[in-house]
Amino acid sequence: MTTHSDVNAVNGTSITPGQPAHHDKFPWKHIIGYVLSLILTFAALGLVLSSALPVTVDIVTIVVLAIMQLLVQLLMFMHVTENHGSRTHVMTLLFAFFVAITIVAGSAWIMTFRSSVA
Amino acid sequence: MLPHYFNHLFVSGIDIYIADVLIILASISIVGVLTYFKKWKWLWREWLTTVDHKKIGIMYILAAFAMFFRGGMDGLMMRTQLAVPNNHFLGAQHYDEVFTTHGTIMILFMAMPMLIGLINVAMPLQIGARDVAFPYLNAISLWTFFFGALLFNLSFVIGGSPDAGWTSYAPLAGPTFSPGPGENYYLFGLNLAGLGTLASGINFLVTIIKMRAPGMTLMRMPMFVWSTLITSILIIFAFPVLTVALSLLSFDRLFGSHIFSMTHGGMPMMWVNLFWIWGHPEVYIVILPAFGILSEVIGTFSGKKLFGYSAMVGSLIAIAFLSFLVWVHHFFTMGAGATVNSFFGVSTMLIAIPTGVKIFNWIFTMYKGKVRFNTAMLWSLAFIPTFVIGGMTGVMLAVAPADYQYHNSYFLIAHFHYMLVGGTVFGVFSGLYYWWPKMFGMKLNETLGKWHFWLFMISFNLTFLPMYLLGLMGMTRRMYTYPPGLGWSHLNMLETVGAFGQGFAMMFMMVNIIWSIKNGERDLTGDAWDGRALEWATTSPAPEYNFAHIPMIYGRDAFWDRKYGKDKAKYTLKAKPYTPIHMPNNSGRPFLMAVAFFISFFGFVFEWWLVAGLGLLAVFFFMFSRSFETNTDHYISVEEIEHTESGGGRS
Repeated sequence: MTTHSDVNAVNGTSITPGQPAHHDKFPWKHIIGYVLSLILTFAALGLVLSSALPVTVDIVTIVVLAIMQLLVQLLMFMHVTENHGSRTHVMTLLFAFFVAITIVAGSAWIMTFRSSVA
Repeated sequence: MLPHYFNHLFVSGIDIYIADVLIILASISIVGVLTYFKKWKWLWREWLTTVDHKKIGIMYILAAFAMFFRGGMDGLMMRTQLAVPNNHFLGAQHYDEVFTTHGTIMILFMAMPMLIGLINVAMPLQIGARDVAFPYLNAISLWTFFFGALLFNLSFVIGGSPDAGWTSYAPLAGPTFSPGPGENYYLFGLNLAGLGTLASGINFLVTIIKMRAPGMTLMRMPMFVWSTLITSILIIFAFPVLTVALSLLSFDRLFGSHIFSMTHGGMPMMWVNLFWIWGHPEVYIVILPAFGILSEVIGTFSGKKLFGYSAMVGSLIAIAFLSFLVWVHHFFTMGAGATVNSFFGVSTMLIAIPTGVKIFNWIFTMYKGKVRFNTAMLWSLAFIPTFVIGGMTGVMLAVAPADYQYHNSYFLIAHFHYMLVGGTVFGVFSGLYYWWPKMFGMKLNETLGKWHFWLFMISFNLTFLPMYLLGLMGMTRRMYTYPPGLGWSHLNMLETVGAFGQGFAMMFMMVNIIWSIKNGERDLTGDAWDGRALEWATTSPAPEYNFAHIPMIYGRDAFWDRKYGKDKAKYTLKAKPYTPIHMPNNSGRPFLMAVAFFISFFGFVFEWWLVAGLGLLAVFFFMFSRSFETNTDHYISVEEIEHTESGGGRS
C-alpha cells in the first residue's frame, strides 16, 4: 500500500495527493526529522533545567530552537518545498503565520499590563 | 501505598445515589436488550468498528443528544434552584458543579459533536465524495470524543464534578483552591475530546480540498461545505492552543509546577489569555456550521439559489480572520489597559459587519421565493431574529467601558444563550429535520415538529429575554441564591417556567423520533425536499459508497441544475457500466484505542500512575500495530453495486 492509501482509497485512482508516493524507499527524511525534533526539544528542556545563563539568554535560545524545530517540521514532514498545490500551501502558511504572530505578540502585549501593575 | 485520591472515589448525595441507580439500571437494560435480541455482533460489526462517515455522523448525533439531556438536566436544576429567593434546593458547592458541567457539556459535548455529526453526514455527500479523506482517523475522532465525554461525565458519580466554571480560570482551578479530582476530570476529558476534534478539523479540510467531485470548484461548493471548510481551519488553528493550555494546567495540578499559580512566578492571567485564544474562535466553530445549515435550508425551502453567494463566502473568510483578533473582549475588566481594550473592542464590533451581510443575504434569498414553511425552515426563520437580538447585545458588550457594567452579569448570560441556543441549537434542529430523511430514510412528523418548534421557541425567549433585564438590574452569573425584595423574583420565576417549557418541548422531538421510526413518511426518491445540493442525488439513506458513479459538476446547486437547469442535458448520466469501488475496511482499533486512552486518563485524574502508564502503553501499542497493517481496504464488486442500486428505490 502507498503511504497515502487513506486519501487514495476512497475516490478511486483519479486523485494524487501532494506527490507520487515513494513507498519502496526507506523514509530517511522522516527518521532524520524525528531525531532532529527530539534533539531540539531536549535541548530546550535541558536549558530550562540546568542552565546558569541569564534568563533573557535562555529565552532567546529557546525561541531560536523553536524556530529551528518549526523549519524541521515544515521541511521534513510537511513537504513544504514540493510545489504541488502550492497556492493553498502558501495561503495556509500565511494564515498560520498570521495566527502565530497574533497569538505570541498579542499575548506579550496583553501581559505587559503586569509591569504597570507590579 | 494507597493513592491519595482514593478517598475521593465515592461521592455522596441524594441525587448522586439516584444517578448511581439509574446508571446501573440503564446499563443492565442495555446489556439485557442487546443479549436478548442477540445484537452484540451487529453492534460491533455495523457500528463500533465502522469507518463509514454517515454512521459515524449518526453516532456523533446520538452521543450529542445524550449530552443534551445531561446538560439540559443541569440547566433545569439551576433554574429550579433560582426560581424563588433564598432557595436551598442545591447547596452552593453543588450549584458550582452544576453550572460548570452545564457549560462544558453544552458547548464541547453537545453543540460541537452535534455539528460535527451533521457535517459528517452531509458534507461528503454534498461534494460528491465516497467518504472523508481519512476514514480511519474519522473513527478515532468519534471514539476519542465519546470517551472524553464519558470521562467528563463520570465525574458526577466517581470523584466529584469540576466546580470552577466552564472556563476553569486559574488560580481557582489550580491545586490550591480546587483540590480533589474534579478539575482533573475537566482537563483530561476535554483534552481527550479535543484530540478528536482536531483530527476532525484536519480530516474535513483535506476532504474538501482533495475530494470534491470533478467540476466542483471552490466557488461551486454548497454553502454548508464552505462553512465546514472555514470551521475546519478555525479548529486546526485554535484547538492546539486549548491542548497546550489544558496540559499546562494539568502540570500545575499533577506535578506541582507553577505556570498559572499566584506564587513562584506563575501568571493566572495567562490561562485566561490562552483559554480565550481558543475560546473565541471556538464560538465561531460552533456557529459557522449553523450558518451553513441555514443557507442550505433557506435556499431549498425558498426554491431559490442563495442570494449573494460570493458575499457569503467573503464574510465567512472575514469572520475566520477576525475571530483570532477578538479574544481579549472576554477579559476587558482584567486590567490590560485602555489601548489593549480599544483594539479588541473595535475588532469585536467589526465582526458584526460580515454577520450582518449574511443576515441580509438570507432575507433576500427568501424575497420573491416560494417559501415552504416546513419545520426545518421554521427553525431557520427563528434563527434570524434571535441571532440579531444576540448579535446586537454582543456589540453592546464589545464597548469596553460599558462592559465594566455588563461583565459577568446575567446580561452576558442572556447574550451568549441567544447566540448559542438561538444560533447553534436552532441551526442544529433545522439541520436535523432537514437531513433526517437522508440519515434514516424517513421524514419526521411535521405536526409534532411544529409543536416542538413553537413550544421551544416561545419557552426559549421566556427563559432568556428576562435575563437581559435581570443583568441590568444587577443579578450576576453563578449566583446560587438571592434574597427577596430586589425585584428579581418574578423574572426568575418566569425564566424557570421557560426552562421547563424547553424541556417539555424536547419531549415532542423525542416522541416525534420514536413515532417516525414506525410511521414516518418514507423517503423513496432520495430527494425528500426537492433539494438543490448533491446529497439529494443519491438514495436515502445513502449506500455505503454514496454514489455508484461520481457525479460531474457544471455549476452551483448541481442537483437542482440536473433536475431543472437549462443545461440539464450535460448532467444526464449515460448508462456507464459500474466499476468496482475502492473502500476502506472497518476496524475495531479506533474504539479500542479510545478505551485505552480512557483508562489512561482515568488513571491521570486520580494520579494512579500505574493505570495511567499502562493505558498509554496500550494506546501506543494500537498505533504501532496500525502502522504495520497492510490489509486496510477492499473493493465492492460490480454485482454488489448492481444489487444495491436496483434495491435502492432508484430507477
